[in-house]
Amino acid sequence: MNPADHIVPLKTYFAVFAALLALLALTVGVSLVDLGEWNVVVAMAVAFCKAILVVLFFMHVKYSPRLTWVFAGGGVLWLAILLLLLLPDFMTR
Amino acid sequence: MRLTRSQRRKRRKLLLTEQEETLIVPHQFDDRQQQKETDNLGMWLFLATEVLFFGGLIAAYVVMRWKFPEAFVIANKDMDIVLGGVNTTVLLVSSLTMALGVRATQTGNRRMTILLLLVTMVLGIAFLGIKGVEWAHKFEEGLFPGPGFRFNGHAGPQVEMVFVLYFLMTGLHALHMIIGVGIVLAMVVMAARRRFSPSYYFPVEISGLYWHFVDIVWIFLFPLFYLIHPHL
Repeated sequence: MNPADHIVPLKTYFAVFAALLALLALTVGVSLVDLGEWNVVVAMAVAFCKAILVVLFFMHVKYSPRLTWVFAGGGVLWLAILLLLLLPDFMTR
Repeated sequence: MRLTRSQRRKRRKLLLTEQEETLIVPHQFDDRQQQKETDNLGMWLFLATEVLFFGGLIAAYVVMRWKFPEAFVIANKDMDIVLGGVNTTVLLVSSLTMALGVRATQTGNRRMTILLLLVTMVLGIAFLGIKGVEWAHKFEEGLFPGPGFRFNGHAGPQVEMVFVLYFLMTGLHALHMIIGVGIVLAMVVMAARRRFSPSYYFPVEISGLYWHFVDIVWIFLFPLFYLIHPHL
């Protein structure tokens, strides 16, 4: 083992997994209730929460150097630019 | 650091001390820590390009859903929420076994590593099988876009476009799953050949990063195609 390695406790992995399953049940449950336009908002919010749990714990970003945070955030940033600059065109027609 | 012949022999037989093992790095690296961080950053950079690879299709989806929301509601009736939900669960479990497999490599538990990686592979193949069943149903119902598309409802051309997006996005995701299964198989073989140790487990770790990324893509595809409320 290397000096700076971090071994995540087993119970952290199981807790994250339980949270992921709970969020899956939540998003399926909410999809059966009519919330109008809020259905899609809730579905995407839950998906983001699940993705963040996977990135932080399963992908070890929480325990990684700040440079990893920059690389991981970079992909999301470019995707946000793609979508945010594209949408106003269609929303204002 | 170059190894002497006796050190190479000891390494093959796993007789090097942990301290010696930590010192052996390819010559471009200062130490194990730098090697680990470089390996990880390389994979993260690749994953950033993957986000944008899927990003083009996500952008197409967003524009289509903005312009033709009712087509998605109609197409959603042909999605099997049970199979989709089961597949999401299968992938979440596979991510757990992958994360535990990486941990087993870190702690030097070779048998557990191989077992957990094999379970991960089996779950990945199960996902592909369930996906195949869903696709086969769509083919039978004439919902595959193209000359064979038979949909006698409202907004046919728009609904066909939704299925174009469905097959492209789930197809690209399935391609990633197939590659992922191949990568995990390679890790199983390497682990069986005793290529990893608590000071050198990085290939398993970055394979895990790829696997988790493919899981995250599905985490988004599931609500985008299966969880569209009938009242919108």
